[in-house]
Amino acid sequence: MKIAFDLICRLVVWLVLAPLVPGIINKVKAWVAGRRGPPVLQLYYDLGRLWRKGVVLSTAVSPGFVAGPAVAWVALAGAAMLLPAGSLWPVEAFRGDAILFVGLLALARFATAGAALETGSAFEGMGAAREVSYAVLAEAAIIAALLTLSLQSRSVALAEMLATPVGAGAVLLAGGLFTVLLAENCRVPFDDPSTHLELTMIHEAMVLDHSGPPLAAILHGASLKLLMFSVLLVEAVLPIGKLPPLAAAGALTLAVLVIALAVGLVESLLARLAFRRVPLLLTTGFLLCIFAMLATWRGGGR
Amino acid sequence: MSALNLLVALAMGLNLMALASSRLPSVINAAACQGMVLGVLPLLLGAESHWLVWLVAVGTVAVKGFVIPGLLRRALRAARIDREVEPLLGFVPSLLVGAGAMIGAVALADALPLRPEHAGSLLVPASFATIVSGFLLLIGRTKAIVQVCGYLILENGIYLFGLLLIHATPLIVEAGILLDLTVAVFVIGIIVDRIQREFDSLDTRNFTVLRE
Repeated sequence: MKIAFDLICRLVVWLVLAPLVPGIINKVKAWVAGRRGPPVLQLYYDLGRLWRKGVVLSTAVSPGFVAGPAVAWVALAGAAMLLPAGSLWPVEAFRGDAILFVGLLALARFATAGAALETGSAFEGMGAAREVSYAVLAEAAIIAALLTLSLQSRSVALAEMLATPVGAGAVLLAGGLFTVLLAENCRVPFDDPSTHLELTMIHEAMVLDHSGPPLAAILHGASLKLLMFSVLLVEAVLPIGKLPPLAAAGALTLAVLVIALAVGLVESLLARLAFRRVPLLLTTGFLLCIFAMLATWRGGGR
Repeated sequence: MSALNLLVALAMGLNLMALASSRLPSVINAAACQGMVLGVLPLLLGAESHWLVWLVAVGTVAVKGFVIPGLLRRALRAARIDREVEPLLGFVPSLLVGAGAMIGAVALADALPLRPEHAGSLLVPASFATIVSGFLLLIGRTKAIVQVCGYLILENGIYLFGLLLIHATPLIVEAGILLDLTVAVFVIGIIVDRIQREFDSLDTRNFTVLRE
């Protein structure tokens, strides 16, 4: 009973806090550009509005079109539940949940891309193709990062992997994971979340035909993914697990805010990359994670 | 020792930057930064603060960080070419090969029977990785100026290996090598100018075409 209550509490915290992060990023962008910007809670209003709206379906689609966003949202929520939050709550760590974490992220991507292909629209197919082709490199990078943590802690359970502080490779790992965060969440050097020009979009092109509650699920899932990657980055680099609960909560919140600020600044100061240069940046992120692994391996061997 | 390893690791990172950058000035900058980083190393290695060590360090930083890049930038300006690198071997493959070489170099250095005082340092792997990166730039790029940068990075690799013997070799040898290098780049600057006049580009593939 206690465990069930705990799980529900954690799920609610994840789901409620997730849409804050894009709001903060947008506020930072507005602040850099000298605008007032939308309120921080804008995504909540958007989600509520979308939830009340009806669904418009193309005549070509099968039920998979609605099921895709739902599966993706559940998979992302499940992945979020696997992430420990320092010493804030006891996690039910089991061997290999890191692999399940990566698998759930991949399932979410598969479901979204599959739903995009359902419509038979050329733009959505293009968006799905881009999404999965960049994912090849981004997933390699995140697996390399998890391997680094696993080498450091000699464990394949996320709770233990994230509790052990990373030694020499922390800076490399932070750089690599930040690149992955930007790529996986379609932020600026890779994709522009505010553009609406079909030819240049990646993630947005994939979800063009969705409307109403499925679109709300996709938007909420995207914000959940952003929060998840921020928490993962913070916990991989900072030894949050060693702090007392209150200090851990403070440090985690502060660090996620710093990451949101960094994403906002990157989006304001950088232009998006030319398409053919994207794989190069992603490869760089992958190599940063690999070198972090190498540093850990060398450091651990001696 | 860890400050030394940090600088050597920085030099290894600059290898990858030189391999990944698509603009001529950034390749030149990467080679220049690497030269400056390597120039500081003798100060960390040679514990005795001999005036010759300082002289060589200052000379290396000045020549590799400012004189040679200055010459290259002047050649670039004089040639008035577009600043794309135009690789034969793409950026992502060359980056991956460079990284593979780096990992291989670390593994190789572990297998080598090194002296105990060199076993923990990154000097040997960095030397191998830098030499391979220099080779990659030499064979994988078409523009003469990038090839010069590849040559400079290759020389940096050999210099890194030479640092292992810093207590045994007279530093005057280093000074002589530095002078040779400057003269070589000076001559290459002139050659670049001649290539530009002859072919209207710096593409060295033109050399393989026979004609009257």
